[in-house]
Amino acid sequence: MGGYTFSELGSIFVMQGFSGLSLFCVYLLMALGLAIIFGQMGVINMAHGEFLTMGAYTTYFMSKLAVDHFPALVGIYFPFAIILGFLIAFGMGYLLEVLLIRHLYKRPLDTLLATWGVSLVLQQVFRSAFGAREVSATLPAWLLGSVKPTETIDIPLNGLFMMGLTLVLSLLVFIFLFRSRWGLKVRATTQNRVMSGGVGINTKKVDRMTFAVGCGIAGVAGAVFTTIASTGPTTGSLYIVDTFLVVVFGGAASLVGTVASAFSIAQAQSVLEFFLTSSIAKVLTLLTVITVIMARPEGLFTIRVRK
Amino acid sequence: MKKAAVDENRSKDGSWLLGLAVLSALIFIVMPLCFDIFRLNLVGKYLTYAFVAVGLVLCWGQGGILSLGQGVFFGLGGYCMAMFLKLEASDPKSTAIQSTPGIPDFMDWNQLTKLPWFWQPFHSLTFTLIAVVLVPSLFAFIIGVAMFKRRVGGVYFAIITQAVAAILTILIVGRQGLTGGINGITDLKTLHGWDIRTNGAKYVLYFINAGLLVASLLVSKYITSSKLGRLLLAMRDKEERVRFSGYDVSNFKVFIFCMAAGISALGGAMFTLQVGFMSPSFVGIVPSVEMVIFTAVGGRMSLLGAVYGTLLVNFGKTYFSESYPALWLLLMGGLFISVVMFFPNGLAGLYDQHLKKRVAAAGARFRAGRAAGLKTAPAGEPPGMEKTAATLPGGIPGKRTKGPKQPLETRP
Amino acid sequence: MTNTEVLLAIEDLTVSFDGFKAVDALNLYVNKYELRAVIGPNGAGKTTVLDLICGRTKATAGRIQFKEKDLTKLSEHQIVHLGVGRKFQTPSIYGNLTVFENLEISFPRGRTVLGSLVFRRTQDIRDRVREVAKEIFLDAHLDMEAELLSHGQKQWLEIGMLLIQEPELMMLDEPVAGMSVKEREQTAELLGRICRNRSVIVIEHDMEFVKSIAHKVTVMHQGKILAEGTMESVQENEKVIEVYLGH
Repeated sequence: MGGYTFSELGSIFVMQGFSGLSLFCVYLLMALGLAIIFGQMGVINMAHGEFLTMGAYTTYFMSKLAVDHFPALVGIYFPFAIILGFLIAFGMGYLLEVLLIRHLYKRPLDTLLATWGVSLVLQQVFRSAFGAREVSATLPAWLLGSVKPTETIDIPLNGLFMMGLTLVLSLLVFIFLFRSRWGLKVRATTQNRVMSGGVGINTKKVDRMTFAVGCGIAGVAGAVFTTIASTGPTTGSLYIVDTFLVVVFGGAASLVGTVASAFSIAQAQSVLEFFLTSSIAKVLTLLTVITVIMARPEGLFTIRVRK
Repeated sequence: MKKAAVDENRSKDGSWLLGLAVLSALIFIVMPLCFDIFRLNLVGKYLTYAFVAVGLVLCWGQGGILSLGQGVFFGLGGYCMAMFLKLEASDPKSTAIQSTPGIPDFMDWNQLTKLPWFWQPFHSLTFTLIAVVLVPSLFAFIIGVAMFKRRVGGVYFAIITQAVAAILTILIVGRQGLTGGINGITDLKTLHGWDIRTNGAKYVLYFINAGLLVASLLVSKYITSSKLGRLLLAMRDKEERVRFSGYDVSNFKVFIFCMAAGISALGGAMFTLQVGFMSPSFVGIVPSVEMVIFTAVGGRMSLLGAVYGTLLVNFGKTYFSESYPALWLLLMGGLFISVVMFFPNGLAGLYDQHLKKRVAAAGARFRAGRAAGLKTAPAGEPPGMEKTAATLPGGIPGKRTKGPKQPLETRP
Repeated sequence: MTNTEVLLAIEDLTVSFDGFKAVDALNLYVNKYELRAVIGPNGAGKTTVLDLICGRTKATAGRIQFKEKDLTKLSEHQIVHLGVGRKFQTPSIYGNLTVFENLEISFPRGRTVLGSLVFRRTQDIRDRVREVAKEIFLDAHLDMEAELLSHGQKQWLEIGMLLIQEPELMMLDEPVAGMSVKEREQTAELLGRICRNRSVIVIEHDMEFVKSIAHKVTVMHQGKILAEGTMESVQENEKVIEVYLGH
């Protein structure tokens, strides 16, 4: 590390930490929905990434609409894009659950294959509808530019905005799960499906809603995602395996675990990336995660229970 | 009463052998007669994927272990072979224009001046032939021991094998000086002086490949009909009971996973020989999952079905991606969904439902004519597949029949 | 009891789940050829004790001595090989195999990978399977798929799957649950025969049944032993009465 002054090194860590935070946000946004679904139903939805893409394309579409037809709205279309992104992903998720997932609850491995098929279909639909090339939403002016707290540190505004949104979304999910009546049902079903059915919770309905909400969250994630990167048909699938490792690493059904694991994996990867090549950094991170999963197959943040 | 059971087994194995004979005739006789060498070489390529599909019948169908990283083993086998061929193609004379003659061209482009240590032994054909099977099996052994001894299974195992596939792809692509990078190892010419690019060589390789495939099928059949095969089935549904009957469950899983890897690796090596290159595009997540669909289409419990499934899907892929590339991905996706939803037993299941009775009836007539007095299996109840039909719909769980709440076997 | 040699000695056995002690400093001794019944209200830790003995759950502290070996350090299959058999609360059999195949797969031969590859169905195995089937009243159903058996017959089959391994210690978790009166009598008779040359631990809620079979009864409550002795002495124990009727 010769050649860097102490303050330069400090700046590097801040910047690298910041890029780690961006990655953390992407992981977390994807993992939130997955963790809820996987935790409650044990369903691996390989098409989860495509719901993110869905939200991203919705945002792109809204921005295009605003730029082409309602230039006055360019500054404020974003909140609407988030809502629409959620609704579309929610609706599609609901549909997917009804048509496919609910028939496969007892066959987790088959669900994995079937949803892989869904993801292929959706990718092709995106490609036909929006083209194979990546597109970017036109960002409102207030999202451009950066903050410069010191001479050598440069933090982009859109990145900060994304972090803010991630925080808000995570809080909403927490409130939803731990404060709402419906969240109570979800948690009850997660912990003991049979018992929940016994006390009058319609677990099938809960499953359907959970799945749809999980997908909806991915839709919002997609909208947020457009602020830092462009969108292509396969954008979502790039992160899917990483995200699953995040969920498993944190321990399914533990949201705090998901946050912690998304944070540690993203930071590890981004810091390693600075010292090594990015491919080796990625390999080392994945290997570490796999090793930890092996040592603690139930995840880092789960409690020991009696069988 | 045991006599009947023995007869039943005999007729079961008999009809399987008959099926193998039909398949062999198709591969050894019909295909070479019908296709020119270009198309036959294509079939040969498809058949190398069938090795992976057969391996998946063993570990996924029989053992309930879904690996989404079988491309890793196919690729490792293929790379081992490719390394030998590449070294042979990179003799000092033909690489004289390089700044360091005698090493593969891509190393030279990446400013390497010396052959890396792990390339050295691939100068030897004997070593290569052993490595082709041993390296992937050993790798599978390490993964298997690490996972199964810790009782990681089901979807967790599937995801982790996917991650392994991702890791290996990143490594191969990232370290291009050592591996040839994204392009893979190309420009392969001779095997021990024998030019593999000629039509004659392609014919020979096709038949070697077909022979190895049939041999793999026979070995796999032996395994599935042995007590080990029954134990795997038992484990798939009642792992705990098997464990408390005194079996070290993980050893059996490791074994079958290694077998699947070794068989896949054979396919990989034959791919390199027949197609003339190996690249990371056969290692990663997407090809690995695609290989699972070959097995699923054929019928996850059926060894012969796996071969038919592979051929069918690949013919379809070649046809559609030439004519309607956009349609192919939709079809592929639809295939995943429909096989899982409507035909969990794949082609083999359809065969059992619609054709088997007739074939069995004909077979029974034949046998009755041949050896009157010997008790034959009732024609209406073909044994063998009935059992799968009973097992599958309930759940084809990786490990888990307990329900989704606790998808990972944990050990409190 | 003529033979008082201790077969199984459990000392200071403790297991805690996240602070909750399901089994708390338990001491339990089972003699050779003894039939011990363990009773107690739900959640007393009975099943957990069996889990601990057979290695399904790892102990937090304490020892389980069986034939000079400490079971807490062994894995499940090693414990089985030492001669401990375990029947689960809900019958755990291979539903899609026949009764014969269920018993055959439990026969202690070909237990390694290699062994199972070369395993052959020989005459001695057939004889032994038939012998055991007769003992568990299923000799007429050898070719039936196990799924089709009645609940009680499934319980017997699982007992048979243990018997064929000739364990020195058999642990049965609620063996007569879901059985008819006649089946219960038959099971009692079966257990009487079984424990002639091995020790048996039975968890059971059916007091009449326990009375009819047990040599000695252990009452568990909240992970501890509340009382131990003959059925009569236990039934008169005030602490036991309080636990069973007190709430």
